[in-house]
Amino acid sequence: MTAMTDDTLPVTPRTIRDEMIAFAIMTVLLLVVPLTGLYPFFVMQGLCFALLACAFNLLIGYGGLLSFGHAMFLGTGGYVTAHAVKVWGVPPELGILIGIAASAGLGIITGVVAIRRQGIYFAMITLALSQLMYFIYLQAPFTHGEDGIQGIPQGHLLGIFDLSKPTVLYYVIVAGFLFGFLVIFRAINSPFGEVLKSIRENEQRAISLGYKTDHYKLLAFILSGTLAGFAGSLKVFVVQNASLSDVEVGMSGLIVLMTLVGGLGTVFGPVIGAFIIVATQQYLAGFGSWVTVIQGSIFVACVLTFRRGIVGEIAHLFRRSL
Amino acid sequence: MQALYAQLLVGLINGSFYALLSLGLAVIFGMLNIINFAHGALYMMGAFCAYFLLNIFGIGYWWALLIAPIAVGIFGMVLERTMLQWLAGLDHLYGLLLTFGLALIIQGVFQNYFGSSGLPYAIPDELRGGMNLGFMFLPIYRGWVVVFSLVVCFATWYLIERTRLGAYLRAATENPTLVRAFGINVPRMITLTYGLGVGLAALAGVLSAPINQVRPLMGENIIIVVFAVVVIGGMGSIMGSIITGFALGLIEGLTKYFYPEASNTVVFVLMVLVLLVKPTGLTGRAA
Repeated sequence: MTAMTDDTLPVTPRTIRDEMIAFAIMTVLLLVVPLTGLYPFFVMQGLCFALLACAFNLLIGYGGLLSFGHAMFLGTGGYVTAHAVKVWGVPPELGILIGIAASAGLGIITGVVAIRRQGIYFAMITLALSQLMYFIYLQAPFTHGEDGIQGIPQGHLLGIFDLSKPTVLYYVIVAGFLFGFLVIFRAINSPFGEVLKSIRENEQRAISLGYKTDHYKLLAFILSGTLAGFAGSLKVFVVQNASLSDVEVGMSGLIVLMTLVGGLGTVFGPVIGAFIIVATQQYLAGFGSWVTVIQGSIFVACVLTFRRGIVGEIAHLFRRSL
Repeated sequence: MQALYAQLLVGLINGSFYALLSLGLAVIFGMLNIINFAHGALYMMGAFCAYFLLNIFGIGYWWALLIAPIAVGIFGMVLERTMLQWLAGLDHLYGLLLTFGLALIIQGVFQNYFGSSGLPYAIPDELRGGMNLGFMFLPIYRGWVVVFSLVVCFATWYLIERTRLGAYLRAATENPTLVRAFGINVPRMITLTYGLGVGLAALAGVLSAPINQVRPLMGENIIIVVFAVVVIGGMGSIMGSIITGFALGLIEGLTKYFYPEASNTVVFVLMVLVLLVKPTGLTGRAA
């Protein structure tokens, strides 16, 4: 693990002050978006993926665990929330809670299996588990297979906020994103986060110091999966559908790409990376299958020349922690 | 019973592909410390290479069996020289990410020119028809795939475990610095090893072309199954990869007969069970 941390993560002392300032700037920017005339649908989609990438980053950036199957949480949160809202007719807040509970459950089950191996095997196991979930969702009747769950009603959050109004929906998504972001921020700055980092640096040593590293890794995995599921639940209200494309391997790869572009192990990198990738997808939608080629090229370019990612490079340049 | 034997044969054939592919992954991982995510894409390139040879140059199956692995192997060696070698000393995960990107590029380019549908590749004349074995009808080509794969697998095993070149290779896996000190060109061996692993994948691609048709995304799902095979078998032993590959193919075939709904997922479920019982894999060392 040392090779990666030497080369990717900012070695400067962490100053929470810098991160607080950056957080304040981000919050203000998000709050004023509706005034700028920027297409809110794009920003909302970006925010859902940003939360997803942040959740993924909690595992790889702080725990050193590369999950190549995070799409299974996105898909689970999405499918379960969509089904609850559309078929059971529950209000949005309850639908989101059910979606979160389902992804937390999946996180517990898959986490127990996945953390039994480290490094490269962990990546392959999470990939295989997400493929298992893909086939389960492909065959389960409630997901409607290739069609997906369509036309999901947005409803009223807590009976007050009409989610079919774009501005209301926008602020709800912003609130959801900021909540998830703060949970992660709190986790990585807590004693729990410090132990997680020590596991990334040297697991054997953490064990010899008396930490039950498996418990910490499992907890991080469940937290990450739950928040990824939360992102999937929120996304349901933005795009109003839930489909197989959210559970595919390609989606898991996209999550990795977002975080890699933004900066593995940086606090704000995944957010920037998510917006860049969502933007490229929108811009390049006309290029058909060349989009895959471009995304692959970004992967290759990042790994070969740009391993710190955008935010990581900036942080390194200014010797700040971001 | 006919149907059961037929499914077992399909299982054996898939098992041959799993064995060839996981063997290549294990050989590459041993030397380069990289999990080659592009393996599925290179398997696809092997099949396309055979297709091009036939339709552009009029070169048939038998020569394709030789030329395609060499051509794709050379392509792989170029990738290794130009990109993968720069990852030496970095975390394993970067190799996975880089090769994943390469897989996206290769598959995207082929998909752009050939769409997603399958292109036909005819069975060579010599291997057409079938034999009646009394208890089942055996299409000769399918029997050929199983036998030929077994031969290639064991030849690879022999090369690595029983020859001088293989001894160098195993030594360089254990301690590359020391082997270099003995005057052996380890970087060149690494390149050749990658070429060998990739060549095995391309060979599997050529073998599968007449059975599964030639499709740009033919390697996309199989590589994930092969990852599960590798997790189950562990990458420590060559023989382990071969046996696990064939065994899982057979189990998949049996599942197709007895409980077809689970045939897509049985390998993954087995992986979960193995991880719960013996986390290091059936033959593997801790990694």
